[in-house]
Amino acid sequence: MKVLYFAWFRDRIGMAEEEIELNGTDTLTVRDFIGDLAGRGEGYATAFEDMNVVHVALDMQEVDHDTLIGGASEIAFYPPFTGG
Amino acid sequence: MVRVQTEDFDPGAEMDKLVAGRTDIGATVTFVGHMRSRNEDRDVETMTLEHYPGMAEKALSEIETEAHKRWPLQASTVIHRVGPLKPGDRIVLVITASAHRQAAFEAAAFLMDWLKTKAPFWKKESGPEGESWVSSRSTDEDAAQRWTASAKSE
Repeated sequence: MKVLYFAWFRDRIGMAEEEIELNGTDTLTVRDFIGDLAGRGEGYATAFEDMNVVHVALDMQEVDHDTLIGGASEIAFYPPFTGG
Repeated sequence: MVRVQTEDFDPGAEMDKLVAGRTDIGATVTFVGHMRSRNEDRDVETMTLEHYPGMAEKALSEIETEAHKRWPLQASTVIHRVGPLKPGDRIVLVITASAHRQAAFEAAAFLMDWLKTKAPFWKKESGPEGESWVSSRSTDEDAAQRWTASAKSE
């Protein structure tokens, strides 16, 4: 699965995107996946320390943390939007 | 019509394009957001706009579609710039066109309020005190929320 990081997620994790092999996505929630990511190192742990500001999109559609990843091919992590 | 671009836009030219050849439009409202040199008591020299390519255009289109559902609009334009910007630069353009002014005014306000909280753009400021990502404002959330509240009461 293609994993994208925007704004300070990219700064803290140190990359804009990566490919992660995921199995059992039919029963894996976004929250479960964040838990796995947070265990990958200090940058990840810092990025995901405050779950209130972790926003997620599956295939460019914003979802909540309880959503199952299912057949999505792209997941993106980003802070609240500040455009306009 | 929605567009995400690095280059500047010409609000007058965009408005002319929107109304060209139309005689059913009685009102256009043009909103332009500009970059300020001070934000939250800090001097800002450069602001960099980042976006999620693909999702940004999709979100803007969805917001535009919602505006057309809620108000009798003849046409609209939304342009959001990305990349590095300097104080005074234009950031965002919203134009709404309708037979009468009220729909145009309200839809323009709605588009801006929803765009700020529902489209994937992020601002990073840099100045004498260094670089920092702009935090989201609760006042922007409140502004977006008022359109949800009014929709529910109808």
